[in-house]
Amino acid sequence: MSDVKTSYDLAVIGAGPAGLAAATLAARQGISTVLLDEQPAPGGQIYRSVTETPVRDPKVLGPDYWHGAGLVKPFQESGADYLPGTTVWSVSRNLEIGLSREGAARILPAKHIILATGALERPFAVPGWTLPGVMGAGAAQVLLKSSGLVATGNVVLAGTGPLLWLLAWQYLRAGAEITAVLDTTPRANWRQAMPHMTGFVRSCYIGKGLKLLLDVRRKVKVIGNVTALRAEGDGQVRSVVYRQGNGAEQRLPAETLLLHQGVIPNLNLANAIGCAQSWDDAQRCWTPQTDGWGATTVEGVSLAGDGAGIGGALSAEHQGRLTALDALHRLGRIDRQQRDRDAAPHREALEKARQGRVFLDTLYKPAQDFRVPSDDTIVCRCEEVTAAQVRDAVKLGCSGPNQAKSFLRCGMGPCQGRLCGPTVTEVIADARGVSPAEVGYYRLRPPVKPITLAELASLPKREDEIDAVLHH
Amino acid sequence: MFRRLHDAAGERVPFTVDGRAAEALAGDTVAAALLANGITVCRNTPVSGAPRSPYCMMGVCFDCLVTIDDVGNRQGCQVRVAPGMRIETQDGKREIDR
Repeated sequence: MSDVKTSYDLAVIGAGPAGLAAATLAARQGISTVLLDEQPAPGGQIYRSVTETPVRDPKVLGPDYWHGAGLVKPFQESGADYLPGTTVWSVSRNLEIGLSREGAARILPAKHIILATGALERPFAVPGWTLPGVMGAGAAQVLLKSSGLVATGNVVLAGTGPLLWLLAWQYLRAGAEITAVLDTTPRANWRQAMPHMTGFVRSCYIGKGLKLLLDVRRKVKVIGNVTALRAEGDGQVRSVVYRQGNGAEQRLPAETLLLHQGVIPNLNLANAIGCAQSWDDAQRCWTPQTDGWGATTVEGVSLAGDGAGIGGALSAEHQGRLTALDALHRLGRIDRQQRDRDAAPHREALEKARQGRVFLDTLYKPAQDFRVPSDDTIVCRCEEVTAAQVRDAVKLGCSGPNQAKSFLRCGMGPCQGRLCGPTVTEVIADARGVSPAEVGYYRLRPPVKPITLAELASLPKREDEIDAVLHH
Repeated sequence: MFRRLHDAAGERVPFTVDGRAAEALAGDTVAAALLANGITVCRNTPVSGAPRSPYCMMGVCFDCLVTIDDVGNRQGCQVRVAPGMRIETQDGKREIDR
């Protein structure tokens, strides 16, 4: 890793819109900046593979995707160092980053750290969601963007939220076939979302969103008001069983079932660093606490983009710039006046990008039954713990997700709670009849990504450290 | 099952899965390459032996764990296929001597 300096003024973690924008702005101001990213190419998930996608026809992925290319080029010219294929497994309180790259670990100190860890798909725990052939709609989108792959055979999309419709639209553009879209958006959400319509009408989302919805509805069978869902099959999904409203169960053949019910902050690293987080009742997720500049409760650590609360790709980009300006100020590169002055256009752009968000959040809030699953549903995929087991543990006195670890090993598998945390919080809150804020969330600890002993052993050691182990 | 879009072009990358020859497109991750080759099951879980296929494709779910060039439990969706790579699907718990 000869291309890595021994320390940096600023380290940005994650190369999606927030990370790219933050690193670009900071590096242009002349501070030593490094962008660390787990993926092999820049773009994050939203602009995944934007510099190298094998999908040649630009109409397939759409103009919003290609906007990402406009973030990558300025970044490449900014003077920031870029470390793709790098896994960050730890950040200490004194801002030492534990990273792993090309099979070797190292510790990289920074004076300020911006986390731009983005979002992940909200778990959609239904019976059978662990069957091969069931995957996230976001996963299918990654396969399309980075490998030009589309699902074949009977493909059913199920759930709610903008990404589900976007994927359907992209699939149609790519010439892929969709058997049906099962829309789980609760009917009542429309009524609740209406008061927020004005902001949405003024937003950039409405024109694009409506066109996309109409395009999909014209070509695909859309089954609305779906209130129950399960995947069935023996070793592979074969069919999707669903219920419309209070109607009888119906069945569709499916070799691929793509689930989606929104995205939530990917907070594992922030949580493990010790950043305080709170329950967001509107977005039904845990969100690290940040101020207007993205500063977390840990000195020297800020957060930008969807990892600080879901706002979408454009918001993330503007937040990235605001967070970088604050980092420049904290590092002594610019004074407060300059920070505030330079921030003004980005703040305005952020406000604009945020318009209509409340409407979308309210409309696409997943139904209670899909957030608090039935007894026979696996909630923790790694340790294969069902909702019934979590409820039984609550009866025995298990008061929150951390206690569920000791009762059930729930959340202790390799995914470290990423795919069960929000569900476990909601199941326990529901069973206890208290708010999710009261039951809390997993206390996560580094390494937030698995590393091998060999990688750890490759860390440079001082003589006295070796001596301390070998000769006590 | 997944199919490649007609206009998706790129270099072919040879690799093996459980000893059988297969081909990926340059840029494919291991998980994507397996799906493109019709291999949906990456592993059987250590807990119940249930088959799993990639679920998130972005490094979150750990369902795409496979053995790559003798290193076990690697996230298939986070590693790019390289020429000659040896990929093995996993069955249950890892054993200490391999």
